[in-house]
Amino acid sequence: MLGAYVPLIVMILIGVIFGVSNIVLAEWLGPRRSTRAKLSTYESGMEPVKSARERFTVKFYLVAMMFILFDIEIIFMYPWAVQFRELGMYGFTAMILFMVLLFAGYLYVVKKGALKWD
Amino acid sequence: MNFDILGSLPLIVIWLALGVVGIIIQAFVRSDSTRLVYGYYIGTLVTTGLLAAATISNQGTAFGGMVTLGGWAAVFDLLFCGAGVMAMLAAQAYLGRFNSELDEFYTMLVSSVAGMMLMAHARNLVVLFVGIELMSISFYIMAGFFRSRDKSLESAMKYFLLGAFATGFLVYGMALLYGATGTLDYSVMLKVIAAGTARFPVLLALGAVLLTIGLSFKIAAFPFHQWAPDVYEGAPTVVTAFMSTAGKAAAFSAFLAVFGVIMPMVKVASMTPTLQLVLAVISAATMLIGNITAVAQTNVKRMLAYSSVAHAGYMLMGIVAGTTFGQSAVVYYAFAYTFMQLGAFIIVGLLEREDETSLMISDYSGLYRKHGVFAAMMAVFMFSLAGIPPFAGFFGKYMLFYAAIESGFTWLTIVAVASSVISVWFYLGLIVKMYFSEPNPETHEANAGLAGISLAVCTVAVILLGIMPRIITGMLGN
Repeated sequence: MLGAYVPLIVMILIGVIFGVSNIVLAEWLGPRRSTRAKLSTYESGMEPVKSARERFTVKFYLVAMMFILFDIEIIFMYPWAVQFRELGMYGFTAMILFMVLLFAGYLYVVKKGALKWD
Repeated sequence: MNFDILGSLPLIVIWLALGVVGIIIQAFVRSDSTRLVYGYYIGTLVTTGLLAAATISNQGTAFGGMVTLGGWAAVFDLLFCGAGVMAMLAAQAYLGRFNSELDEFYTMLVSSVAGMMLMAHARNLVVLFVGIELMSISFYIMAGFFRSRDKSLESAMKYFLLGAFATGFLVYGMALLYGATGTLDYSVMLKVIAAGTARFPVLLALGAVLLTIGLSFKIAAFPFHQWAPDVYEGAPTVVTAFMSTAGKAAAFSAFLAVFGVIMPMVKVASMTPTLQLVLAVISAATMLIGNITAVAQTNVKRMLAYSSVAHAGYMLMGIVAGTTFGQSAVVYYAFAYTFMQLGAFIIVGLLEREDETSLMISDYSGLYRKHGVFAAMMAVFMFSLAGIPPFAGFFGKYMLFYAAIESGFTWLTIVAVASSVISVWFYLGLIVKMYFSEPNPETHEANAGLAGISLAVCTVAVILLGIMPRIITGMLGN
């Protein structure tokens, strides 16, 4: 029964060997000529201004949470839309109910001013 | 898709009332008018409770076999809604005294009740999981409701971290059971296990053990009880009252259903020590540890917290027995325990002061002089918790002990009797403190208000259930 998993194990092994050997070889063979630009946080990106460890306002988290909720709504809606005819009235009612629940929550969030940005 | 619309009404009503109507009301109502929301949620719980009572005889399944209707699940609904209403009645004045009365508290309370109902109704491990999480997350928020008090925050944080950890065990157990049996449905799983056709018996055993660990955490059974005293002490007292009673009863409702499924495994995969024996040892250790540690407590909330650990041990006896009588004993005890523990915690909450004092046992000395009614009610609850007739606690213990002896666990009953005797020390100790010592000059005025209704209900119920135990056991008409 476990025979079917042999290729998987072989692939995992190859993956591990490939990854580890590349790191080790690079460390071993690679020349090291460090410059100021190379050692900075983003080698070819923005100039670091200050430490990244500071407090964020809670508004970011609220928006992020709302985003995830509606993201998930969309994830549910795609397969439902594809199977719309097969699911028929039952699927339609279930989806409407789901959206009503989500909309009620959204209404609450907006009315409580959780998305106000000032 | 046709299903029993009448039987599923309690579930549908509480979900729509909470998730749609309640949220919209709160969205449009001014934030300082909690009265409307308060009344609305009490109405919701009362309606749901009445619907549950009306559908007890209406047994069946719904939503593709994922939930069961009527029967014990409806009886448990009645318990959750009743405890919810009593906690809400006590909460308003209590939160008001601490300047923390917000609409959201009542929303959280009702959403935890919805979670509990889902737990009792679940006939599918995923539904059970959703119910447990809904209940637990509401509890985490409620435990930290006093945002400016360190103890409350500590309790919420501890509860959240340990609860999340325990949930990990629970989900892993569910996954392994699914791997072994290929189904999440209780009845199909039972068939697979009983027929012995489950693949990978080791996975099956491991899954059952992990699931037991996860649920043992929720009922605060030894060795997963360490969170209970800290959480129960730090949380607002009304929250403690609610989560140590209804929350525990909900976990037991899940325990009953799940163990009906995985218990037969004991016979199939002849493993020693069997699950039943492991559970019996957990039960014995829980009641001993809970009662012995409670003796050493000086804080009333901590003492009641350890006593709630011990009572989880007693209730486990009914599940160890695994018989129908054992099951009804657990249900009966869940009711009796809810009334007595809820009542005791409400009194503690009434006597508690705004600066977190008046929580020591010594603060209760001579209580009867100033608060004669509270002292008398507290005495009733303590006698009942200690298991002294004619109160409900006595018949609950009697039924549990009988169930354990009937299925051959005489040693467990002996341990239970011994630990009951230990518990008399601190329960009666409090009564002695209240009645036979010099009054504490610092005892302050306490006005029961709406909480008086809850207390009256609890007291009457503790006495009535003790005299007529058939109120609960006769609910199914057998």
